[in-house]
Amino acid sequence: MDTVMKVGIGTPLSRVDGLEKVTGRAKYAAEYEVPDMLHGVAVPSAIARGRIAAIDDRAARQVPGVVEVLTHENRPREAWLDRSWKDELKIPGEPFRALGDDRVLFAGQPVALVLAESFEAARHAASLLDIRYEEEAHNIDFQVSLAEKFEPSKKRSSFHPPKNRGDAEAAFAEAPLKLEGEYHLATEHHNPMEMHATTLHWHGDGKITVYDKTQGPQGVQAYLASAFGFSKSDVRVVNAYVGGAFGSGLRPQWQVQLATLAAKHMQRSVRVVMTRQQMFTHVHRPECRMSVRLGADVEGRLTSVICDATTSTSRFEDNMEDIVIWGMMNYASPNAAGSYSIAPRDTYTSADMRAPGAATGMTLFEIAMDEMAYKAGVDPLEFRLLNYSEVDAMNGTPFTSKALREAYREGAARFGWDRRSPEPRSMREGRELVGWGVATGMWDAMFSKTSASAKLSANGHLEVACATSDIGTGTYTVLTLVAADTLGLPPEQITARLGDSSLPTAPVEGGSWAAASSGAAVQLACQSVAKKLLRAADKVEGRPLNGAHSLDDVVFEGGRMLLKSDPTRSVGIVQAMQAAELPVIEEEETASGGISGMVSQMLKSRNTHSAIFCEVRVDEELGQVRVTRIVNAVAAGRIINPKTARSQILGGVVMGMGMALHEETLADRKLGRWMNHNLAEYHVPAHADVEQIDVIFVDEPDPEVTPLGVKGVGEIGIIGTAAAIANAIFHATGKRIRSLPITIDKLID
Amino acid sequence: MTHHTSPKAGTAHASAAPMASMGASLTINGTPHQLLIEPWTTLLDLLREQLGLTGTKKGCDHGQCGACTVLLDGRRINSCLKLAVSLDGSEVTTVEGLGQAGRLHPLQAAFIEHDAFQCGYCTPGQICSAAGLIAEGHARSREEVREQMSGNLCRCGAYTNIADAVLEVLEKGDAR
Repeated sequence: MDTVMKVGIGTPLSRVDGLEKVTGRAKYAAEYEVPDMLHGVAVPSAIARGRIAAIDDRAARQVPGVVEVLTHENRPREAWLDRSWKDELKIPGEPFRALGDDRVLFAGQPVALVLAESFEAARHAASLLDIRYEEEAHNIDFQVSLAEKFEPSKKRSSFHPPKNRGDAEAAFAEAPLKLEGEYHLATEHHNPMEMHATTLHWHGDGKITVYDKTQGPQGVQAYLASAFGFSKSDVRVVNAYVGGAFGSGLRPQWQVQLATLAAKHMQRSVRVVMTRQQMFTHVHRPECRMSVRLGADVEGRLTSVICDATTSTSRFEDNMEDIVIWGMMNYASPNAAGSYSIAPRDTYTSADMRAPGAATGMTLFEIAMDEMAYKAGVDPLEFRLLNYSEVDAMNGTPFTSKALREAYREGAARFGWDRRSPEPRSMREGRELVGWGVATGMWDAMFSKTSASAKLSANGHLEVACATSDIGTGTYTVLTLVAADTLGLPPEQITARLGDSSLPTAPVEGGSWAAASSGAAVQLACQSVAKKLLRAADKVEGRPLNGAHSLDDVVFEGGRMLLKSDPTRSVGIVQAMQAAELPVIEEEETASGGISGMVSQMLKSRNTHSAIFCEVRVDEELGQVRVTRIVNAVAAGRIINPKTARSQILGGVVMGMGMALHEETLADRKLGRWMNHNLAEYHVPAHADVEQIDVIFVDEPDPEVTPLGVKGVGEIGIIGTAAAIANAIFHATGKRIRSLPITIDKLID
Repeated sequence: MTHHTSPKAGTAHASAAPMASMGASLTINGTPHQLLIEPWTTLLDLLREQLGLTGTKKGCDHGQCGACTVLLDGRRINSCLKLAVSLDGSEVTTVEGLGQAGRLHPLQAAFIEHDAFQCGYCTPGQICSAAGLIAEGHARSREEVREQMSGNLCRCGAYTNIADAVLEVLEKGDAR
């Protein structure tokens, strides 16, 4: 057998799209050149709630180059029914329609679109609109909105209601150790580096190509067809490169609505790019208040877990997240209860941002867990092990796998947790207090029905294709590795195509399901190609593979098929295709959970887990916090590409640092606007904030969870990270801050 | 209650006058360009919208994120904060000019090797900024690299990998 290193699942491979990205050739939504294109600049509403009384666009129209000012008064007709405007998230309510009517629902809402031959003319003219409003009372303050909190009768389909067990109230009342606390997370905005943009190519024959910043090209295709009256086959949506999204591209955002309205109205190509300020006028992570009550016996064993949470939504849609269930699932308390409500305010609808629900609920719960550990006088890591649950404690189901114990152990060893001094404020270096904290992360391992194609040409080049998206997640590279693994081809001979609605069907990219789902589909498609190759090998003179009846009898390696029983007998892939006179083999397959998968899904829980260890240094006088060291040990099943998977975790951890210390969209109550709607005042971690991050993937073989044994890594990195930091800050300073982010003002009283 | 948002007072009339273009010569990625530029056009928009050089990214248009970093006469700047007409006689290097397939700049190669990006949108700015940083010669340590790269935000959080990539090139001393 030759000794060529097989590149496949598990090989750390540099991004196959890396060259395009470092040379500036990768094209994002606003960068496609289309002929005869107009630039559209949206005009934001100056009020938070009310009606547009009059728009005077005369000055704007006088600007040379301006060709039209689109408003609710002259926009083209669109679908009437709300259901025509539903997207893949299917949030109950009335989906927002840009320029739909004269109502203003939130500050910064686009109320007009200025269309001009140049960007500069459109931008200038947009500042000249004279708009009169009838303003109504409004509120965007979450604390105020809590007075209106409610539990919607129509729930978001992705919502998992808490399942109570035992008698949590009675157990809490009787518990010798009690903790009661109210925890808070600020409103956060996704702020991917690329602003939402759409370049719509109007072909003039009824067809449009839409270069859109989205996580789901087929979702946008279906949405545009349904809301704007196109035939689906006339709409092609392309998102080959997406400059980050973190959930902001799950729903079609208003720029694609405006671009489509404008193109229909003008019968011309149009580009609409949001400004950074406008990036604060759509989706955001809901603000959250969660009260946690924990009861424990004198040794620290939890006897009661009670979580009650409220998150923010808009007045026109009821967004819900899984906030309260994480602690109820993760810890072995015999009694647990949860309740959840939402509170409306006059903003755009909140929705999914990286690890929606868990990033909030698990994080806040893990701060409470830390408090309880101190109350019980048990080391915070020991406390978690003491309450470890081998099964999903809320649903009563076993996990397909749960290597959290290993994650705790390996993370603690790497971090040096055993050298921790237990008392708060007991570690110091110079003017800085040093603190060590730990927290747990938990996320779902999901799988979505996905199709993919594989096309092998007689020159040995393979193209795999799927309509999923790579938003920086490494999907191009992951699919290349799966294909290389299945057909034994070097990555250089493989092209992965995705980010195009014309490719085989895939759901919107999100929830950390893309690698598991599109990976399985690519594997199936490649296996179908492999079967055809095996048959083609029969035509090779001398039939070297005689005796191979199925794929189990051969291995694919180095561009050849080798007989397992006698690897000296082999046939080249190109050789087989030539012998069988096949210029090309093309197969499409669909990966779905299947009947056994569905049964298993009901009987078992599927989750990723993580253990995060953190060191902070806090300047005692200035209250400045430095996160000097983080170890994140992740149990996420099989890792397809350790190189890009590690980066996913790093990115989650960095965003978790933002959640812990920086990110907070602040409400101006009087004006009903976000005050800090820019990157100078909405702080995200910068180079200077990020020191040392170690990522460990613990061994967690799990053939049951998904076809490839993959659980996904896009979200687990952020979950719990902010809690580990908050807990380390307590350990350093003795100050327990229950409201994130922990800004300096909260630390220096 | 009625609320009236008035446009910039008194500007409406004047604004109707056409923007007279002005001539400027710029050398971009080694190629001289004789350009007619409207005075309100930034270097960033000139590159992206008129010259097809979309490697330089717009992330905020306010000099707050660094995605539009290019080298102006060898120094790193935010191209969104420069009016293009003011740059007559200047030399601009964008990511496209730093290197291309087959002749990558050492920073470009190091970014791929260290997985120093995910979505890739801040990447051209990070790379141009790092080239500027190395040319400045002030950064020696990892801490200094981190501090002096802090004008370039990366929302994907590739910071540790970016620092690894920049340090590798800095230490090898082979940045052109």
